[in-house]
Amino acid sequence: MIDETVDKSKRQFLTTALTVVGAVGTGYLAIPFLSQMQPSVKAMAAGAPVEVDISKIEPGQLIRVAWRGKPVWVLQRSPEVLATLTTLDNKLSDPQSNQSSQPDSSKNPVRSMKPEIFVAVGLCTHLGCSPTFRPEVAPHDLGVEWQGGFFCPCHGSWFDLAGRVYKGVPAPTNLEVPPYRYVTDTQIIIGEAAEEKIA
Amino acid sequence: MNLKPTRLRMCGNWILERFPLAQVWNEHMAHYYAPKNFNFWYFFGSLALLVLVNQFVTGILLTMNYKPDAKLAFDSVEYIMRDVSWGWLVRYMHSTGASAFFIVIYLHMFRGLLYGSFKQPRELIWIFGMLLFVALMAEAFMGYLLPWGQMSYWGAQVIISLFSAIPVIGDDLSLWIRGDYVISDATLNRFFAFHVIAVPLVLVLLVFMHIVALHEVGSNNPDGVDIKKSKDPWGHPVDGIPFHPYYTVKDVVGVAVFLLFFATVIFYMPEMGGYFLEHANFIPADPMKTPEHIAPVWYFTPFYSILRAIPDKFAGVIGMGGSIVVLFLLPWLDRGKVKSIRYRGGIYKKALMLFVISFIALGYLGTQPVTPLATIMARIFTAIYFGFFLLMPIYTRWEKLKPVPNHLTMQPTLEERIPEMIAVFNEVIETQSVTTEDGETVSKTRFNPTGAKNVLVRTAKNLKESLD
Repeated sequence: MIDETVDKSKRQFLTTALTVVGAVGTGYLAIPFLSQMQPSVKAMAAGAPVEVDISKIEPGQLIRVAWRGKPVWVLQRSPEVLATLTTLDNKLSDPQSNQSSQPDSSKNPVRSMKPEIFVAVGLCTHLGCSPTFRPEVAPHDLGVEWQGGFFCPCHGSWFDLAGRVYKGVPAPTNLEVPPYRYVTDTQIIIGEAAEEKIA
Repeated sequence: MNLKPTRLRMCGNWILERFPLAQVWNEHMAHYYAPKNFNFWYFFGSLALLVLVNQFVTGILLTMNYKPDAKLAFDSVEYIMRDVSWGWLVRYMHSTGASAFFIVIYLHMFRGLLYGSFKQPRELIWIFGMLLFVALMAEAFMGYLLPWGQMSYWGAQVIISLFSAIPVIGDDLSLWIRGDYVISDATLNRFFAFHVIAVPLVLVLLVFMHIVALHEVGSNNPDGVDIKKSKDPWGHPVDGIPFHPYYTVKDVVGVAVFLLFFATVIFYMPEMGGYFLEHANFIPADPMKTPEHIAPVWYFTPFYSILRAIPDKFAGVIGMGGSIVVLFLLPWLDRGKVKSIRYRGGIYKKALMLFVISFIALGYLGTQPVTPLATIMARIFTAIYFGFFLLMPIYTRWEKLKPVPNHLTMQPTLEERIPEMIAVFNEVIETQSVTTEDGETVSKTRFNPTGAKNVLVRTAKNLKESLD
């Protein structure tokens, strides 16, 4: 009986208004809470460039350096290896590196600024394991098809010695090439882009 | 009787007037009626609770000496193992407890598949249980990063990279989870927070909801018969017995047997040949080098196999996620009208058998390196795994059901089976009286091939009949 005399619309308005205000407040509070889990300023600043002396690398030798906590490979390739690379195109899924990540200065078939020095981030583009360096041709465990390259032990992806991915393996793209530039002929800096050539 | 209440009773009453302790106890223990025919499979619910308590107690103790810092974590675990009094025991109880948890939970879930415990009206119990399973997997995964060994590091690297396969938001999402561009101190520290505070709270809440939902509708049983249908004059189910003391005492036996196995593992094989604690995890995390062979801990391998079997990054992630999601849908996929496998048709029994075989096979393959043959096998078993669930709405309609009794049936006990077992023994082993040269009579036993053959044929026939 009393219900008929009570104007419920005001109550309803207040309930709705309070719910909306509460929801908006919660939403705003979620921003600092969720952003708190983003990389901190310190973590972002830690991506400082790394200088590498390449004068002592022998042909066929690979050295590993840490850049942003990731392994970066620097490999000295022999002329024979470079010759082999050109014969592999039809076995690769992205031989021209159109789908892959590299600076423009390394967007070429051998994926490097100078053909003999190859620089790449040593993490598989599938699920981030670090592939093993297997320069030998046709080893017992990898079979006669193997022309030397990088083999990922986690899920069996194949890459050639230019970090280009083979067809029919889980990894979707070629290994990432980081930005790097030559300071002198024997010194490179990883993490700084080479100056763009003005055509 | 008009005795003056004792002081103890007065204290008790003082509490009961303010807190419904007796009511809660009666509702969930002393007056909670459970079906009287619970068998072996019904131990695992209470055992899961026991393992949960074990993980909480040992986990709290480990936290007192563990350091969630990329520079200190590995050494602090070794410190616990070598220098902390009884630290090795607490740590092995925790690491073995993780594997024991999954053994118990997998058997508990299989019980659900056997007796239709997920079916109407227990769908929500199943959903809460599945959420518990997912929370448990998250808890185990984050806990595995904490020792900061090689397998911790690269396992986390692979699993977090799974999120980056999601289109558009993937890369930002995995960056947000890690809190850094690679697995690092930030990741370790936040996984510690989740492992020690956030996920345990969720687990406790879900266990509470799982049990509240169970006690609302009552327990299922191996016959799948609703015991609430027939009640005695006092309103208690005729086929039910109070949980306490009957099942509390029964569960104590289960606990004793479980602890026997648990202690054997802790004291004699805490690493379980590299299955409970992997060999590569005794090497500190090295971000520059992946171990030669990486595999998750055994309880994740069935799902990991599904991921590897699918030759596409995103589809693989969907397949692995789907293998869990499909379990949530089970109550609605199964159209069979009967709960218990005892009265279900042969087609469900065969499907369930195939499912169990493929689950175990996927688990085994997940621990092995990738070879072309293993990949083909994993693909076949993945197809069976999904076939079991996705074809269920079709094949459960064709089932030839058996009549379901109105009351619970009692299976013969072990004691009652003894004469039967003696008969089988006598059929297989022949006893002859032989007189030796000394004139003594000795009874000689010898294996009887025809008898053994008869027993085997009979067993095979029974098995075939039970599958029809």
